[in-house]
Amino acid sequence: MLNLDAAFSALADPTRRAILSRLAKGEATVMELAEPFAMTQPAISQHLKVLEDARLVVRRVEGAKRPRRLDKAGIDAMDQWLAMLRKALEKNYDRLDEVLATMAKHKKGETR
Amino acid sequence: MTKMMLKTEGDTHVVVTRRFAAPPEAVYRAHTDPKLIQKWLLGPEGWTMPVCINEARPGGKIRYEWTNGKGAGYYITGEYLELEPYNKIVHVERMHMPDPTPDNHVETRFDADGAGTLMTMRMTLPDAQTRAAMLATGMERGMEASYVRLEGLI
Repeated sequence: MLNLDAAFSALADPTRRAILSRLAKGEATVMELAEPFAMTQPAISQHLKVLEDARLVVRRVEGAKRPRRLDKAGIDAMDQWLAMLRKALEKNYDRLDEVLATMAKHKKGETR
Repeated sequence: MTKMMLKTEGDTHVVVTRRFAAPPEAVYRAHTDPKLIQKWLLGPEGWTMPVCINEARPGGKIRYEWTNGKGAGYYITGEYLELEPYNKIVHVERMHMPDPTPDNHVETRFDADGAGTLMTMRMTLPDAQTRAAMLATGMERGMEASYVRLEGLI
């Protein structure tokens, strides 16, 4: 089960967002992920742990390596949540369109 | 033409833009007249706003209470800082669930756009953590969307 608070908190950090951007292009090892950042591998591992706890990233075991990739289920769940919220907001503004149309009609009525 | 745009900006802002086929005066009134607000600022299907206090003057109070009619509900409180009819509204607001969230500073502009209006709502949260929490809870007006997609991440 996705913990939305954890997921959004994980996204509040620019380094973690950059890590997700990189993983969106495909699987990567900690070393590969650390490369573009002026950060040590342990620091990157700490960020990866936050992303894993938030169910946004998963690891695979391959010999001594632990390549990371996006956790599709977690990301999909978050997307669904966001789509629902966006719909609720759009619904507000669709209703406002109707309110404005009614206001315009009344105004016309007054000036007649 | 009326497609809503929502994006995050920097670490602490959320910006929403939307076009309306009515002049700024009408859109401004729909944002400040309680009788009009209660008709549209409702969020998901099935929710209503039985309490709508909106004192549209600097220092004036805002209080919106929503309910789904099945026992669930929440409210926001706020204060107006600045009003420039019919172009600009600046206010702060916080959500109570029931503990109050940190203040969200909101500047809403209504710019004439042909015969219509371009609305730009710019929210400023105290820090990145608060913005993240706001997006996660869905916050006031069921508003926060496509954070991940908007950042062009995934």
